[in-house]
Amino acid sequence: MTTLAEYRSSRELYNNLTLRELRSKYKRSFLGWAWSLLNPLANTLVYTVLFGVLFHAHPPAGGPSHLQVYALYLLCALLPWNYFTIGVMGSVGSLISNANLIKKTYFPRELLPASSVGAALVSHLIEMGLLLVVLLTFGDYWAIEWLPMTVVLVALTTVFGLGLGLLFSVLNVYFRDIEHFLSIFFLLWLYATPIVYPTTVLAGHHLPGTHIPALQVLEINPMTEMASMFRDTMFYGRAPGGWALLYFAAWALGALVVGLRVFERMGARLAEEL
Amino acid sequence: MREAAVEVEHVSKKFRLFKEKNNSLKATIMRGRRVVAEDFWAVRDVSFEVARGEAFGLIGENGSGKSTMLKCLTRIYRPESGRIAINGKVSALLELGAGFHPELTGRENVFLNGAILGLTQKELRRRFDGIVEFAGIGKFIDEPVKNYSSGMYVRLGFSVAINVDPEVLLVDEVLAVGDENFQRRCNEQFADLKAQGCTIVLVSHAMTSVQNMCDRVAWMEHGRVREIGDTRDVIEHYTGSVQVGRETDGSGHPRWGSGEGQVSRVELLDEAGRRVDRLVSGAPATIRIHYEMHEPVAQPVFACYLATITGQPVSAPNTRAEGCVPDKLDGLGHVDLRLDEVRLLPGTYDLTPVLSDLTMMKVFDQRQNLLRFDVERGSIHEEWGVTTLSPRWEIAPEG
Repeated sequence: MTTLAEYRSSRELYNNLTLRELRSKYKRSFLGWAWSLLNPLANTLVYTVLFGVLFHAHPPAGGPSHLQVYALYLLCALLPWNYFTIGVMGSVGSLISNANLIKKTYFPRELLPASSVGAALVSHLIEMGLLLVVLLTFGDYWAIEWLPMTVVLVALTTVFGLGLGLLFSVLNVYFRDIEHFLSIFFLLWLYATPIVYPTTVLAGHHLPGTHIPALQVLEINPMTEMASMFRDTMFYGRAPGGWALLYFAAWALGALVVGLRVFERMGARLAEEL
Repeated sequence: MREAAVEVEHVSKKFRLFKEKNNSLKATIMRGRRVVAEDFWAVRDVSFEVARGEAFGLIGENGSGKSTMLKCLTRIYRPESGRIAINGKVSALLELGAGFHPELTGRENVFLNGAILGLTQKELRRRFDGIVEFAGIGKFIDEPVKNYSSGMYVRLGFSVAINVDPEVLLVDEVLAVGDENFQRRCNEQFADLKAQGCTIVLVSHAMTSVQNMCDRVAWMEHGRVREIGDTRDVIEHYTGSVQVGRETDGSGHPRWGSGEGQVSRVELLDEAGRRVDRLVSGAPATIRIHYEMHEPVAQPVFACYLATITGQPVSAPNTRAEGCVPDKLDGLGHVDLRLDEVRLLPGTYDLTPVLSDLTMMKVFDQRQNLLRFDVERGSIHEEWGVTTLSPRWEIAPEG
């Protein structure tokens, strides 16, 4: 059993693994760190042209900030989403790509997926910091006021990503399909979440052949709450819904508990299975 | 108070041997189960204790479970049952530089590897210069380790592992790597650590290093402990058993080679040409190798590997070194190795005859430790070591 004391004593190792992740990612690339910013920028460009310009998607009005810029509306939810998927997808391969380390040395194995999430978090914080500066230049001072709540949301997203990362990383050792399955799953999940389009697009629509409102179905997806809450605190400058917060927190903690348990159970034989 | 540094109680470890291993969901669903597996107990009900400051060896043939046992100690494997307790800071040398990331520099890897071994950044910074110096890496420390030679890689890995001041050091065969100079320094380091009170558990095939380093030894066989005790006794029983096993079962000799020609037996002859079963230190003798060529063999080379029963090499005279290579041999015959003077000191030795081609790379027949013989006391009066230089002393007092 990995004990709490062991977690504490492996903090140094955790920092090192995270640093290694960050360093090796952009080693020998000319632009280095800049790549972690160029990717979301390219995404924003594509979605803004596609949805903002071609489909005339407008951010729903509201909140004290009165912002109307689609690109910013998009980024406030897209950056957390990207962080979440990069964290989970990075974790999923982390055990297999560190097979040598696992087979030859001992340390709490949870550190490997956790360091993938940690590395993603570092990039995410830089991106969010830059986004905050941009929001301020657009006069959205409320984003500062709600910054503590944004930090809580980032923390919850981290917990959620870590939970899924632990779960899928260890499953992936036993079933290598998981990695391929997840990349498709996350693509579908992105479009099942109102991130690149505003929820207003779906207003009045029902599930095909039923009387169930599409919006209601969408809200089952915890990432819908995540996206809307990040927009509340950053884009609109208002408090996120209490129920949304509870619902998302429940998912995040649930994922962490399940992830840790499965990891503990299936992680015992890692050195043999890899 | 004699406190145990390592306690192992009734530890068993099982592996699943996969007949067919599925790592895909499709195959699992199609078959309704993931694997067709068979249990294999690599370690069974093993118990031992290692006292603080003691050097403990685990020996046994390949597949006897000694390395698995060590991996249980390092916690890389989790045993099925039993209890393992290690009191003190552990460092393990399973594979040198195992945690290195090829794209990162030596410096970055030292910090990462040190952290795995439980050092804080502060401690590492303090020891960093010492680590680099011991490894002899110099200015390459800021190069990515993928550009390192294998020697540099291994030296840096060893240097980190040894510099964490472990209280318990677990070592698996790492002494077998690196050049001679490096191996000597490794051995010195182990001796230093031991002198400082570090407990060492060593898994090794090299009976010489076990003999030199260990206070006590456990001999493992088929996953179980066959014998635990004083190093010299256990090693003797172990090597003896391997020998007995060969003698009783003629076909079970560790023997390899392509078989164009074979060594059928080896005899010892005394000065008068009589067959003997022991040699006399300092007296003339002949070692006769009988061969049988199944087809004409061009330029065959005979060699005679002599070693102590603990595996320490003594000498390996061969016909090529003496320029005694026939153009071709066929059928039966024998080769005599004549010694004007048996320069071996009294003791027991193993002889391995080898028949090979001129390059000595292609082995026709090698019969590991085919003959074990004693050398008794004769005209040589030295006692230390295994051989004599046949010295002549001259003392020249001045004034």
